[in-house]
Formats: sequence, C-alpha cells, structure tokens
Amino acid sequence: MDKLILRRVDQSNEEMILNFGPQHPSTHGVINFLVETDGEVLKRAIPDVGYLHRSIEKIGEIVGYPGFMPYTDRVDYVAAMFANEGYAMAVERLLKLEVPARAQWLRVIANEFCRIASHLVGVGTMTMDIGAFTPFLHGVREREVINDLIEALCGARMTYNYHRIGGVAFDLPEGWRDKALAFLDHFDKFLGEFDRLISFNEIFVKRLANVAVIPGPMAVNYGLVGPNLRGSGVDWDVRRDMPYGAYPNFKFDVPIGKGFFGTTGDCFDRYYVRCLEMAQSSRIIRQALETLPEGEISAKVPRNIKPEAGEALARVESARGEMAYYVVSDGTNKAYRVRVRTGSFSAMCIIEDVSRGLMVADLVALISSLDVIAPEIDR
Amino acid sequence: MTTQEIHERLKARFGEDVGPLSEPKADAFCVVKADRIVEVCRFLATEPGLEFDFLEDLTAVDWPKRSVIEIVYHLLSYRHHHTFVLKVEADRAAPVVPTAEGVWKGANWFEREVYDLFGVTFTGHPDLRRLMLPDDWVGHPLRKDYQEAGGWHGISNVRENPLVELKRLDDARRAEAAAKAAPPTGTEAAPKA
Repeated sequence: MDKLILRRVDQSNEEMILNFGPQHPSTHGVINFLVETDGEVLKRAIPDVGYLHRSIEKIGEIVGYPGFMPYTDRVDYVAAMFANEGYAMAVERLLKLEVPARAQWLRVIANEFCRIASHLVGVGTMTMDIGAFTPFLHGVREREVINDLIEALCGARMTYNYHRIGGVAFDLPEGWRDKALAFLDHFDKFLGEFDRLISFNEIFVKRLANVAVIPGPMAVNYGLVGPNLRGSGVDWDVRRDMPYGAYPNFKFDVPIGKGFFGTTGDCFDRYYVRCLEMAQSSRIIRQALETLPEGEISAKVPRNIKPEAGEALARVESARGEMAYYVVSDGTNKAYRVRVRTGSFSAMCIIEDVSRGLMVADLVALISSLDVIAPEIDR
Repeated sequence: MTTQEIHERLKARFGEDVGPLSEPKADAFCVVKADRIVEVCRFLATEPGLEFDFLEDLTAVDWPKRSVIEIVYHLLSYRHHHTFVLKVEADRAAPVVPTAEGVWKGANWFEREVYDLFGVTFTGHPDLRRLMLPDDWVGHPLRKDYQEAGGWHGISNVRENPLVELKRLDDARRAEAAAKAAPPTGTEAAPKA
C-alpha cells in the first residue's frame, strides 16, 4: 500500500487519501488514520498505529516479577488500576497465592473508583469531540475528587502502582471511608445532572443515534470487549460471568445497549452504557465499604519471586473491557514472556470495517465512542 | 464443559493431529499440528456444545533452545463460559502458520502483531503488514536473540547521560574559578618589573 501521502487519487473526481492524525485532538493520543474519502463520505479509514510502542512486553522479560508492576501502569494510564490488578493476578495464579479478603475488597474499591474516573474521561472527551465542551469540564471536575481520594490512598494520581503481587500496597487512610461515601452521595446526584446536561440533549442524541452501528455478532467476531461489546447488546461482563477477587460478594447490574434512541450497537449505546456503568460502580463501592473485612492487606510473598515453570492467563474487566495478562514462567525470577491483551487493540481492529460509508465527521464519533487509549493499543 | 471434556471431543474428531493435554500447572493447553489448525479452530468455533465464539488472545512465545516458536490461541465461549488454550509449534528458522482470520476476524490484528514482533508468516492473511514497527525495520524484537540495530534512519537509540554534560560545565566553571583565585605567575611578575 502506498503510505502516508496526501494525494488525489483521480483528477476527475473528489476521491483522495488524507492523513487523520497522528497529532489530532480527537484521536485520543498518537494514532494515525489513513482516510480514503470521496468528498464528505469515507470509503474507509485505515488505522496506522505504533507511535507509542514501547515494547512493554519485552521489558516484562527483562525486569523481575515485582519490578514490572510500575510498567503496567503505562499500559493504560487512564485506568491503571486494572492493568496493575491483571498482572498481579496472573503472577498470583502462577504462585498459587491466596490473596487476603481485605486486600481483595480494597482492590475492588480502588478499581471501581478508577472505572468511574476513566468513564468520566471517556464520556467527557466524547462529548468534546462531538462539539460540546462544558460536559467534559463537569466530568473532569468530578474526576478530580476521585484523583484526590486515590492520591490519599496510594500517593499517585495517574500511575497508581497500588496493587502488589499478593495484595495491595496500602490500607485505607483514616477518615477516607467517610470522604469516599460523601463523594458517592454527591456523585449519584451528579449522574442525573449529567444526563440532563448532555446525554438526553436532542442535538447530542441525533448526532450519535444510528451512527456507526456494530451488530452483536460482528462485535463478538472481532473480539470487542467491555462497554463496546455490551453496547452492541451482548450481555457479558467478566466481573459477573467469570468472577474474580471479591466481585461475587456484591450485587450489581450489567447494563447493555438496547438501542436507547436508535439501533442497538450505535454510538449512543456505547456512550450510554458507560454512563449507566458508573452508577453500578458507585453501588459496588458502597457495598464494599459497608462489608470491608478486617485483616491483612497482603499475603506472605517471598522476597525473591520464583514461580515454578508454567503459564497462566488472568483476565480482569477493565474500564476498556477485558484485559488479559498471559505470563509464562520458566522457573527463574524473571518472566519468560509477558503478554498484555487489551480492549483498545481489538477496538482499533474493527474501525476499518465499520468506517466504510461513514461521513468524515462521524469517524470522530466512532473513534471516541470506542474509547480507545493509544498506549493501550501500542503497549 | 471442562478442559478435559473439550480435549476429548477434539481427540475424537482429529485423532493424532491433536496432542495430549499438558499437565496443568496453571492453565492446561494442547498442541495442534500446524496444517490442521484452521480446521480445529473452525470446529471449536461452530460445533454445538463448544461454540468458542471469542478469540481472547493470539500471541507467540519464542523457544530458541527447542528451536520453535509457539503460537498460542486463547479461546473463550460467551455462551458456555468455558475456555481452552491451543498451541501450534512452528519451526523457528522459517515459521509459517495458516491464518485463523477466516474463523475470527479479530485474529487479523493479532496475527499482524505476531508477524511484526516474532516474524511468523500467516499464510492466507489478507493484509499481512507490520503493525507496530515501521515497514523497513530490521528484525523481530520479541525474539529472544534480537539485537538492537543501533538506531533507525539516523535516529540514535542511545542517549548520553545528561549528567555528563552538566559535569563538563561544572568542571569548566571550577577551573575558571580556580584561575581567578590564583592568577598565573606570569601576570604577577609584570607589575613588579
């Protein structure tokens, strides 16, 4: 394929190939799209990724087991808790470690706060890409409080490095529980406000409903995961269907796309599933804070971690869908192979097919509705 | 369905082309002959009772000692909530495996990534190009014996320690200060004369 050229294909018509990115405000990071257009209509958009490839999987083979934990933050910096947890769980499976109950509860609390923060950025940037600036600021304002809470918990606002192999790094600070509950009380009201502000805004709905429809079977075949999959009406959530950690102890619903204002699997469904998920996360945190058991926050882990030879895959439900860590051990203190399977990667894979026949402006809606994060694609 | 039951059904259908189930240390897997992998995948994806509709992951592991590259398929069924791990062993010198893109579209990018980072060729793949690295990159970084080429198109991949430059400035300043505090003997002698 001829690459990276801005040219007119044929002088007699309007067909041309454009570069959309890599430095474009609505590509959510450094991604390039080669867009074949005919006037305002897309023939297709070909994603060109790799600008943020840091070979994190190779780094995982070089640093030891505990040393890789801070790198996992960099896989997905908007929802780093899940990347932490997935890696910790994979190594725990290799070591056959039992994580203490309190640590599992703390993991759930931190994860769900992180999910809310990530979805706020996801829906916020989506509204901004569509052309509404204010909802983004409202979202980020709430996320700021979550950042403060998580900073009080683990000392970092973006790259948390909170989970450890065998547990978590810190217990709840004094008074944290009340602050968290106060925030959730406020946040539940905020969600209704946010819906009134933007979700049910007629212009916004018309802009997203029936745009870039991904039917359920197609989403499954392409391996879409998480909110993107549920937006297409597939009822699957790793937290509920293949439970891990403390999740079996909590009651929550799994919202799926129903074609709220149009067809099932359109951009609005993917958007609104995220809004509904935030309310469920808030529900889970309340239950977890209510039933938080006493005890240790970390299992007894040997200083020099040497799992016996073997391989394990651990999957967690990240904010961008199922995140799986596949770790192969050869019996030494360094992993033989670390593999990260992320939601954004498969979401990018589907764009070329879905983009056929879209308007150029709708491509922006499609990309932001898939909520891709560039470092998660490239790793 | 448990892993054993799935493996028995595979054995019944494909016989000797499907290897024995590995001793489960954490996740059990079975090795399939490379030329049957597409059939095995299609069987697993469509057979009633199995229906692995989701290709969870497709990746590779390099084993230079055994001189093979393993392609690893993680499968999951949304309907039945069961999982299975398949492996294909390819010759490390010239790894060639048929593509599973016809069974799960999601394999498209996974296979491109493996092609890019491990150098495994997937026959029948519709668009086998490098995914992460530039098209003219030399080598496959996730292979165990990969050596960095030392830059790309004049962009160096080594960087001088920034402290070295600071130390050089420091040394220069210190030498200057020392020169001021104790002027050389030549200038001292001049006024006396």
